[in-house]
Formats: sequence, C-alpha cells, structure tokens
Amino acid sequence: MSFASFAFYLFASSAVAGGFFTVVGRNPVHSVLWLILSFLSSAGLFVLLGAEFIAMLLVIVYVGAVAVLFLFVVMMLDVDFAELKAGMAQYIPLAMLIAVVLLMQLGMAFGVWTASEWAEGARQAITPLDTHNTAALGLLIYDRYFLLFQLAGLILLVAMIGAIVLTLRHRPDVKRQDVLEQMYRDPAKAMELKNVKPGQGL
Amino acid sequence: MVPADLSIILPEILLSVFAMLALLGAVYGRKDRIATSLIWVTAAIFIIAALSLMRSANGTEIGFNGMFINDGFARFAKVVVLFSAAAVLVISPDYLAERKILKFEYPVLITLSVVGMMMMISAGDLMLLYMGLELQSLCLYIIASMRRDSLKSTEAGLKYFVLGALSSGLLLYGASLIYGYAGTTSFLGIFAAAGQDHADIGLLLGLVLMLAGMAFKVSAVPFHMWTPDVYEGAPTPVTAFFATAPKVAAMALFARVLHDAFGGIVGDWQQVVALISLLSMYLGAIAAIGQTNIKRLMAYSSIAHMGYALMGLAAGTSLGIEALLTYMAIYVTMNVGTFAFILTMQKDGQPVTDISTLNMLSRSEPGKALAMLVLLFSLAGVPPTLGFFAKWSVWNAALDADLVWLVVASAIASAIGAYYYLRIVYLMYFGEEPQEALVCRPSVVLSGVLTVSSVAMILGMINLLGLEGAAEAAAATLVR
Repeated sequence: MSFASFAFYLFASSAVAGGFFTVVGRNPVHSVLWLILSFLSSAGLFVLLGAEFIAMLLVIVYVGAVAVLFLFVVMMLDVDFAELKAGMAQYIPLAMLIAVVLLMQLGMAFGVWTASEWAEGARQAITPLDTHNTAALGLLIYDRYFLLFQLAGLILLVAMIGAIVLTLRHRPDVKRQDVLEQMYRDPAKAMELKNVKPGQGL
Repeated sequence: MVPADLSIILPEILLSVFAMLALLGAVYGRKDRIATSLIWVTAAIFIIAALSLMRSANGTEIGFNGMFINDGFARFAKVVVLFSAAAVLVISPDYLAERKILKFEYPVLITLSVVGMMMMISAGDLMLLYMGLELQSLCLYIIASMRRDSLKSTEAGLKYFVLGALSSGLLLYGASLIYGYAGTTSFLGIFAAAGQDHADIGLLLGLVLMLAGMAFKVSAVPFHMWTPDVYEGAPTPVTAFFATAPKVAAMALFARVLHDAFGGIVGDWQQVVALISLLSMYLGAIAAIGQTNIKRLMAYSSIAHMGYALMGLAAGTSLGIEALLTYMAIYVTMNVGTFAFILTMQKDGQPVTDISTLNMLSRSEPGKALAMLVLLFSLAGVPPTLGFFAKWSVWNAALDADLVWLVVASAIASAIGAYYYLRIVYLMYFGEEPQEALVCRPSVVLSGVLTVSSVAMILGMINLLGLEGAAEAAAATLVR
C-alpha cells in the first residue's frame, strides 16, 4: 500500500468515525470536538486531492470559526440534550426500519449507477488550464460564476437582516449611558464641598 | 462577464440596489416611521419594473454562459410575481401597524425575496436555481416569524425553516446526483445528457429528489404538511404573500426545470407530476371541509389549486404550460382579493379569522359580501367566473395529452372542493343570526383591491382579459 492510499484510508476512516461519534455522543461538547476531527480529516482528504486551498479554507473557516462558535453556543446556551433526545427511544425501531429500507434502495440504485458518456469531459471543460488551482478557483468564482457569487452575498445580507429583525429590541424604559451629558456636567453644580469638623458631624 | 450580461439582469440589479439603499436610508434615517411610505414606494417600483418588463424587447436573451435565461416565459412569470407582490404590499400596512410589527425591514425583505424569485424563474443552471430558491425562502422564513412575541408566529417561522431546510437538502441531493450523471449543472447540458428516450437510473433518482424538493416549495401533497400551520401562524399579510408570489415563482421554476432540463424525457416525469397533482387536489378538497379558521382553509385551498395547476404541467406540452401560466395568474388574482377581505375582518377592533364570524355578513356589509361571493364562486370554479376558465384551460391541456383519468378525477375533486367555498357563501347569506355582526375595517385600499379582484373575476369571461394570448406566447418560448 502506497503512502497516499494509506493516508486516504486514515483520513477517510477518521472522518466517518468523527461523524458517527458526533451523532451518538451524549455530551454535546464532545460532539463538537468529534465534529472538529471530522472537519480536519476532510481537510486532509482535500490535500490528497491536490486542492490545498480548499483544505486550508476548511481548517480556517470550519474548524477555526464555525466549530468554535458551535462550542461557545453549546457551552453558553445550556440546552438539555438529554431531554431533547428523551422521546427518541420509542421511535428508534421505526426509524431503523425506514433507514434500512432507504439504504437498500440507495444500494440498488447505485449498484447500477452509470454516468453519461460525456460527463467526464463536461466536468473538466470548465476548469481553466495551465493555472494553479487557487488561481483557477478565482477565475471561476469572480468571472464565470460572478452572478452566483453576488447572490451568495445577498443571501448573507438577508441572514444578517433576519438576525437583527428577530432579536433586536428597543426598550424605552431602560436608562442608558449618555456620555456627552456626563462629560458636560458642571462639578460646581453637581456637588458641594463641606468641611466637616472632627467630633461635630453635619 | 460582459456588460451585455449585466444589461440582461438589469431589473434584478436595480431591485437589489433599491433594497440595499432602502435599508441604509431607513437605518440611518427615521427607521420604522418611514415603513408605510417605504412600502408604497416599493410597490410602485415593483409595478414600474413589471410594466417595463412587459414593454421590453421580445425574444430570448441568455446571459452568464447560459446561466440566466430571459425569455417570454420568464417575463410572463416575473410580471405576475411583481404585480402580486405589489398588491400584497399595499394591503399590508394597516394590519401590521395595528399589531405593532410594521418594520421597515418588511418591504426590504419582500424586495429581496422577489429578486430571489426572479432568479429562480430565469435560472438556466442548477446552481442559480438553488441560490434564487434560498434567497427567496430565507426572506420568507424571517417574515413568517415577524410577530416574534406571538407563539404561533414564531412556531410558523421555525416550522417553515426546519422543513424548508429539509426540502432544500432533498433538492440539493437530487441536484448533485444529476450533476454526477450529466457532468454539468447547466440545463442545456443536462438536456443533452438525458437523451430523448428513457432516462438512466442515476438521472432518474436525481430527478425524483428534485421533484420532491420543488413539490415542497409549491406545497403539493405529500410535501404539504407545513402549509396550514404556517398560513395560520404567520401575520395575515405575510400569509397573503405566501399564497401568491412564491407559489408563482416555484411553479415557474418547476416548469422551467422539467422542460428546459428534462424536456426530452417527458414520459419519465409525467406520471410523477400527475400523481402529485391528483393527491393535492383530493387532499386540498377533503381536508378543508372541517376547518374553522379561514386562513387554514385558504391553506388547503391553495394546496388544491396547486394540484390543478400541476395538471397543466403533467400534460407536458406547450398547451399545458400555457394552461399553467393562465391558472397561476388567475389564482393569484383571486387570492389577493380574498386575503384583502380576510384583512378587513375584525371584531371589537381585533382582527378575527374564524369562519363562524361571517354569519349574515350580507346584512351588515352587503357590498363586501357580494364581492366575496364572486371570489368564492371563482375559487370553487363555478362558471362563468374566471376561476372556471382557469380550470377549463388545464382540463383542455390534460385532455390534449390523453390524461382523461386525471381530468375525470379532478372534476370530482373540484365538486367536493366546491362544498367548503359554498358553505361560506351560505353562512354569509343564510347563516345563523350572529350575536354581534362582523364590522369590517373601513379601508379604501383593502376595499379597492377586493373590488378590482372580484370585478376581474366577472369581466374575465370576456376574452380572459387578454391573458390567454400572452400565456400562449410565453409557453411557446419554453417548450420547444
């Protein structure tokens, strides 16, 4: 077995194992950690495919930002996952039955899977030749798929508007800090100095 | 990318720029206080966009390497979407203001979702299809739960979001299988790879999964479960929006995918669409009978109507697409009018949605009761209202495609469905004496929309208001 195929099996099996333990984990924090393992292994698979830029993106964006965000959310929200999963036991047999039927159907479908004869050619026709894969990605995203790139921006804008619309509350009854008013206060008016003699009081 | 490409998507660009400017202007300006005027401005811009699309050059323009198609079909569907979105916008402010949810984000989100719908309608590529669909759906999820202090509204938003995400998952899985088979995401490439006779199993699997995802978006059985709850929970103007523009866009997308990408293998999807259509008609007709809430009733009614519209699609011919477009245009007009009426229903100054409150409406509000009578007859498909001609055109198309069993079944379903529409008419004219009569909200805009829509139902029998010719020309550009 060559080193590349050894590395492939290593990353592939740890990605699958990571995904499995994410789902079955009892402790949500552990689940997120398993998810990170799964992301890292997928990044390894991308490196093996020669797509090192996407691998780095996966590590930076998913592991670095998304997974850590998950971790914070899980830790801060204190969701009782045991309670959420409480009803699961009674549905497990039915779910397993459906899952097995689905699996068999998919197995049957993919057993006779064929791609169209010019699929491979069509897939490769898009990629710009003679460029580094990161540069090729840039050429595609900002030129050929420019419209999709801009639409993705609009979708993110909608997500932002949504987060604000659904959570922001204006409370008129709360006392807020007014910095200017604080700074312009005149000490002479605000306080009075009194010389208190010992033993006499005010 | 060249300026020619940009000029093709000019309406979409202008609408998104308007949405962003409105957002900035409102955030740095007077915030929610300008919401009402912003709603009116947005509606005006929609109407201007629709009129300019109607007057723009005929012919098919293709941009972004075949990703964006602006043909007669797209223009027809976009015009219907823009007009219905404008109508829904102008009937919303009073209700929203009363419930203290009149936010400036509402017209902005509607504009962005209309941009998404226009992208869906013009999609010539699976990726653009998905982007448009998500842009549209995300806006809808947000406005469904706009009344965030109400348990029902948040439930509606959450339910719609979770089920919508599931359906997007199905659709994406289908799309990835199709890409795996064809090696390309462009509809032209898929059309070439699919061939002219029976499709390969790999392509078929992807096609079925995509059909499931799209059936969810048009709320066709068996992917309709979210509809009644979301319609009931969302604020009424939002429900009116759900029932109109997104349905047209999703139906146009349905037709676009099936004809542009899978037009060579009609036999493979025809039976699936026919079955979905049959189930929707019957479920919509039967489940609506027991409803006491008029918004839930409208949800089932829209499920049934989607069934009839899908019948046109099941025909798989140019005549079928013509019938589908005619049906959707008429359906939207009926629904805007009906929801304008639902928005006027109030008791003690509080909006109500119980059907029982409509008892003897003919005495307290004879004009509105008459308008509603016409609309309900039209929804039921009683001749000579426009709703009958809508059904007539889909039946014609289905007969033309030898789907006699579907036509017979749908005639029976429409007779069952007529019962619940006519029951409301019965209540309005011969119902029990109510303890206190429904007092309709005195609003010029709502009465205006209600009147226009009900008059159109009657006048429509003359020449279908010229709809048929436009739909025929539009259908001819899609089906080759």
